[in-house]
Amino acid sequence: MTDDGRAAVAAVEAVANRIERERDYLTQLDSAIGDADHGGNMARGWAAAADAARDLDDPDAQTVAKTVGKTLMSKVGGASGPLFGGSLVFASVELDDGVTAESAVAFAETYLEKVKDRGDARVGDQTMVDALTPAVHTFKKSIETDSRPALEALAKAVDAAERGVAFTVPIRARKGRASYLGWRSVGHQDPGATSTLFILEELLAVAADQLDSEVPDVDATSPTIPDEAGTDEGTTPEPEED
Amino acid sequence: MVGLVVVSHSERAAEGIAEIAAEMAGDTVIEPVGGDGDGGIGTVPDAIENAIVAAADADGAVVLVDLGSAVMNADVAIEMSNAEAVIADAPVLEGAVNAAVAATDPSATLDSVREEAEAAREIEKL
Repeated sequence: MTDDGRAAVAAVEAVANRIERERDYLTQLDSAIGDADHGGNMARGWAAAADAARDLDDPDAQTVAKTVGKTLMSKVGGASGPLFGGSLVFASVELDDGVTAESAVAFAETYLEKVKDRGDARVGDQTMVDALTPAVHTFKKSIETDSRPALEALAKAVDAAERGVAFTVPIRARKGRASYLGWRSVGHQDPGATSTLFILEELLAVAADQLDSEVPDVDATSPTIPDEAGTDEGTTPEPEED
Repeated sequence: MVGLVVVSHSERAAEGIAEIAAEMAGDTVIEPVGGDGDGGIGTVPDAIENAIVAAADADGAVVLVDLGSAVMNADVAIEMSNAEAVIADAPVLEGAVNAAVAATDPSATLDSVREEAEAAREIEKL
């Protein structure tokens, strides 16, 4: 097995374990504003994904990503299937030449674009996009503009995602089941943003472990987040009719 | 002949909607599909893909969907499938009835059936 294949299987196992531990918490978040299935759906999907990844014969990271994505798509049974799984399959094309800092940036960007496209969601809709977008932007800038080591970039991205999760609390849901609640969705933390953060935290922990390093103590302070020049993301969206 | 696929989070709801639409459908093929594949509420793309393949002949299939993940999973299923299929942006029950009637027209096309399904958005009940 290639090094990145081994790391990818370890990451999937870590995510599956984490999601299982957080299952009740995710369900509790989802029962406040949704249909109370996020914890169960994600736990079922990731357990099956970890099994499928373990069963692969000498895989590279791309094969692991594709297999995990396909398994999530068929096992999750909700919007998280196409969002987490479909996007993973789609983004896996960026890993043709294995995992490098550059390919990881391309992978992250492609994944984010697919999530936004599939869910027709943008920043401020109280969805996983609110955690994912600042994480991907911070990761990209840390590597491409600031030339930081990949592990530090990932640590910054995790912190950015954590801030994004907090950002979902005071806003109103405009996509997903919570949007049916209108203003009553205000004050609730988005379950999909939360599970996205958990996944990123596990990727960081496994990456540090594989590199035999400590997790860098950094945060995603505002100057590291690039401007959204030419787009309207990050600003208050126009109110939509319900 | 254009076929129909009815996707709901509930397998029983999909079957019930297909049952109602079938009253007006002549020999149009209507494939209901729903549930998370594990006896629960949800939708999965593999099952939707199978339903599309079963409903679509050379003229394709129009897919009626209920809520959020049904739309996304139908989208994924269409991408995976080799069959010609489109999602109708329509209320699932009224759209299915409209589409069923439209599909019985000998000159019906994928677009004409989808448009009839989408016309159901304008239906007023009071």
